[in-house]
Amino acid sequence: MDFLDVVVNVLNSTVRLSVPLLFACLAGLYSERAGIFDIGLEGKMLAGAFAGAAAASVFGSAWIGLLVAILVSVFLALVHGFASITHRGNQIVSGVAINFIAAGSTIILGQAWFNQGGRTPSLPSDARFNAIVLPGADAVRDVPILGEIYSGLLSGHSLLVYLAFLAVPFTWWVLFRTRFGLRLRAVGENPAAVDTAGISVAWLRYRAVICTGILTGVAGSYMALAQNAGFVKDMTAGRGYIALAALIFAKWKPVPAMFACLLFGFLDAMAIRLQGTPLPVIGRVPVQLMQALPYILTVILLAGFIGKAIPPRAGGVPYVKER
Amino acid sequence: MSTPYAKLPRWADYGLIPLINLLVAFAVAGLVVLLVGENPFRAAVILVDGAFGSGPGIAYTLFYATSFIFTGLAVAVAFHGGLFNIGGEGQAYFAGLGVALACLPFDGFLPWYLIFLLAILCSAVFGALWALIPAYLQAKRGSHIVITTIMFNFIASSLMVYMLVDVLKPMGSMAPQTRQFLDGAQLPRLGFLFDYIGMKVRPSVPLNISFLLALLMAFLVWVLIWRTKLGYEIRTMGFSPKAARYAGISETRVIIVTMLISGALAGMMAMNPIMGDQHNVPLDFVAGAGFVGIAVALMGRSHPAGIVPAAILFGMLYQGGAELSFEMPSISRDMIVIIQGLVILFAGALEHMFRPAVQAVFASFSPKSVGVVAAKGEGV
Repeated sequence: MDFLDVVVNVLNSTVRLSVPLLFACLAGLYSERAGIFDIGLEGKMLAGAFAGAAAASVFGSAWIGLLVAILVSVFLALVHGFASITHRGNQIVSGVAINFIAAGSTIILGQAWFNQGGRTPSLPSDARFNAIVLPGADAVRDVPILGEIYSGLLSGHSLLVYLAFLAVPFTWWVLFRTRFGLRLRAVGENPAAVDTAGISVAWLRYRAVICTGILTGVAGSYMALAQNAGFVKDMTAGRGYIALAALIFAKWKPVPAMFACLLFGFLDAMAIRLQGTPLPVIGRVPVQLMQALPYILTVILLAGFIGKAIPPRAGGVPYVKER
Repeated sequence: MSTPYAKLPRWADYGLIPLINLLVAFAVAGLVVLLVGENPFRAAVILVDGAFGSGPGIAYTLFYATSFIFTGLAVAVAFHGGLFNIGGEGQAYFAGLGVALACLPFDGFLPWYLIFLLAILCSAVFGALWALIPAYLQAKRGSHIVITTIMFNFIASSLMVYMLVDVLKPMGSMAPQTRQFLDGAQLPRLGFLFDYIGMKVRPSVPLNISFLLALLMAFLVWVLIWRTKLGYEIRTMGFSPKAARYAGISETRVIIVTMLISGALAGMMAMNPIMGDQHNVPLDFVAGAGFVGIAVALMGRSHPAGIVPAAILFGMLYQGGAELSFEMPSISRDMIVIIQGLVILFAGALEHMFRPAVQAVFASFSPKSVGVVAAKGEGV
């Protein structure tokens, strides 16, 4: 295999691995920009993945799977909203609770409904989101470099992958070019000002967590319906937290969020690729170190050695109207 | 900021409301049981009977509770300082190395009590070390402790896999764990105590002396938080970092010391399964106890007198849950994770949900009992 092949291969898996991160990261962006910290991305993704896989296997349709995944994940997002907006509870505590509820109930329900040790039945290809071959991809495969990049890297992903990357400019447009986005950002910085302007802080924040629910649902569906053919227990394996890290890395901005997710996806792809192969100079790198690298990197980053990340000012603080 | 909630009598605040929250959490858990097609009441009976119906049942319940007292106290100490330590899991896991360090070189010739003391020290130091970096980063660089402690859980997990698979595993062994400890590093079991109350407990039941250590720690945490200067500083910072700063309390010092204590308490949990039960350091011996600590601390309202019963309740869920999964195969141990989540949700994030209702009930009986603030509120 020549060098370009390897590069295209690694970048291809980078794209695949970063998509769930990207959806989850953008999901977190809506909520955190509105002042609701959401540590429960992991749980909502997991619940979405399970619901999506379960619905897709029962109804035999990926689209119904996607819809159910979104519904379940929006429901959990609303629970988070109910606790942290209506009842002014601790947002981190609420997020942690949602992660546990999702982790436990996906296993219990999966076992009770499908009897496969917490898995859902393997999905046939018409109940999944399959790869889309972009027009002309086969024709240009033999063109050196550009053809290879087009057919090997850009083409051949599922619909959700393209959707993920379209969601980035869309999110940017919503947040920075619409009235809703302006208010959403304002409510995360200074909710009292938004309240004074006669806009409901609670309703705005609820809409933000609904957006979060939708996107985490899509993230879960991608994992269960496109990347894999069904749900496996604990399949998100900490990706929700990595997405959160990417969000902080990106300083709560959509386009940098995409690059952060691609970086973490790239690390993941390299970890898989380098398993057991010795590197020049350093020698054999323990797999565990590669697996821990995104987390270590996040800690270093959070320590402010790679620029300072300043969260939205009202983040994590429940809004209380003075009486 | 004005407090939006009226005052209730202390017993309602610390007894009634947590109880209501807990009951709601269990009611929702019952719905899940119903959803998988089992009878929640029968499940509850099996669960309680499995945990308290026999001598060994009680001993196992207390064995699990031991771990949860440690991790619950760890989370609670941090809570008092306004810090959320989600890293108990990783701190306890990493402390397993400390226990190995105390046991492996000495277990052939030192008596158990010396090794026990050494292990307390080592596990506490290792647990504290794993909390030190997140604490330092929070205090000095302002990185959020919740995120860093979560990251450190993952890092601890990778590190321990590496240590157990590549370093500590004896030659020729396949299982990723240290060698079996000799007698010196095996903690005495407490099963014999049950003889005095007329119950028979097999010597193999792993309830061990670290249970007493856990109770001692609960007492010491109470002393620390409510009877020492440091405890006062910790609470001041938790209540209002601004006030603490004005009072001349060093924020950096309090954050770091609080997290070191928290990490040390979480670390001591490692002794219970390692030296009391397994007699080696296996993979994943913490098994979620660090996270259970969050639910325990929230349920016990961060007070040792609440944490010990809360830990016993979760011990009951673990022990009874094991029995339950025999009787009802569709309800596995993972049910506990759901209950844990629900308890965290209702006792933690939604702790004020039932307050207005309770308040209204109190007000209708005796308006005086809810105090002046309620009189100003609407509709009372």
